[in-house]
Amino acid sequence: MIPLTWYLIFAAALFSIGLYGVLARRNAIAILMGIELMLNAINVNLVAFWRYRTPEAIAGQVFAVIVFATAAAEVAVALALFISIYRRRDTIAADQIDLMKW
Amino acid sequence: MILQIIFLIVALITLASAVMVVVSSNLVHSALWLVAALFGVALIFGLLQAGFLAVVQVVVYIGAIAILIIFAIMLTRRIATDSGPRFNENWSWAAVIAIAIFVVLGWALLSWPGFNIQAQPLDPRTDPLTTLGMALVSPKGFVLPFELASVLLFAALIGAIFIAWERK
Repeated sequence: MIPLTWYLIFAAALFSIGLYGVLARRNAIAILMGIELMLNAINVNLVAFWRYRTPEAIAGQVFAVIVFATAAAEVAVALALFISIYRRRDTIAADQIDLMKW
Repeated sequence: MILQIIFLIVALITLASAVMVVVSSNLVHSALWLVAALFGVALIFGLLQAGFLAVVQVVVYIGAIAILIIFAIMLTRRIATDSGPRFNENWSWAAVIAIAIFVVLGWALLSWPGFNIQAQPLDPRTDPLTTLGMALVSPKGFVLPFELASVLLFAALIGAIFIAWERK
């Protein structure tokens, strides 16, 4: 059997990779892809804890389903924002979208 | 034993794909590597005996979200390759923070006593999928978050259309 250890370390590594993408990339869509990786790492954690700690209660899977729905909503709104910004300012590089920077 | 080997192969492929998502200079390649990473996570769900979530992962993440991201990449590029560097000037600090988070998480996990528990076999009398479906619609379960999620998706739908609308 696979120990719980492996799933949690895997999820932590995936989260860290996504975090690096969010912090380091310039393109806004690449940042969004980093966020997707982080959400997936969290889902792996939720399902692993459901399987290993409380397989009789289904709450872990329900949490993962809610995370799916939230991720879909977040991607739809974020991509609409990017397309709108691209139309007005002709770029989606995150360090050039500094209209509200004082 | 065979499950462990499968897990290690899937985990390594998924992590390598995730690294390629982050470092690839071509955004379309990034998106395709993201599809590979999401598929690896779906296989991990399968290994955890959450078959429904594996299917939802393929349908929702790969079928909807990844395709939406590829559409947005195609809509926001004039030239084949991105101009300018793909990382901002703080990328070394970002690497330090990401590695520090991973080390701290690993240390916190390793010092946790419940870390090495083994999975108990699932109760064969109850189907996890039936339990999940009943929990999502039962008033004693999670019907309120379920309905809130549908309202959230509806609001996101209207908001996305409103934001991306081209006003004359």
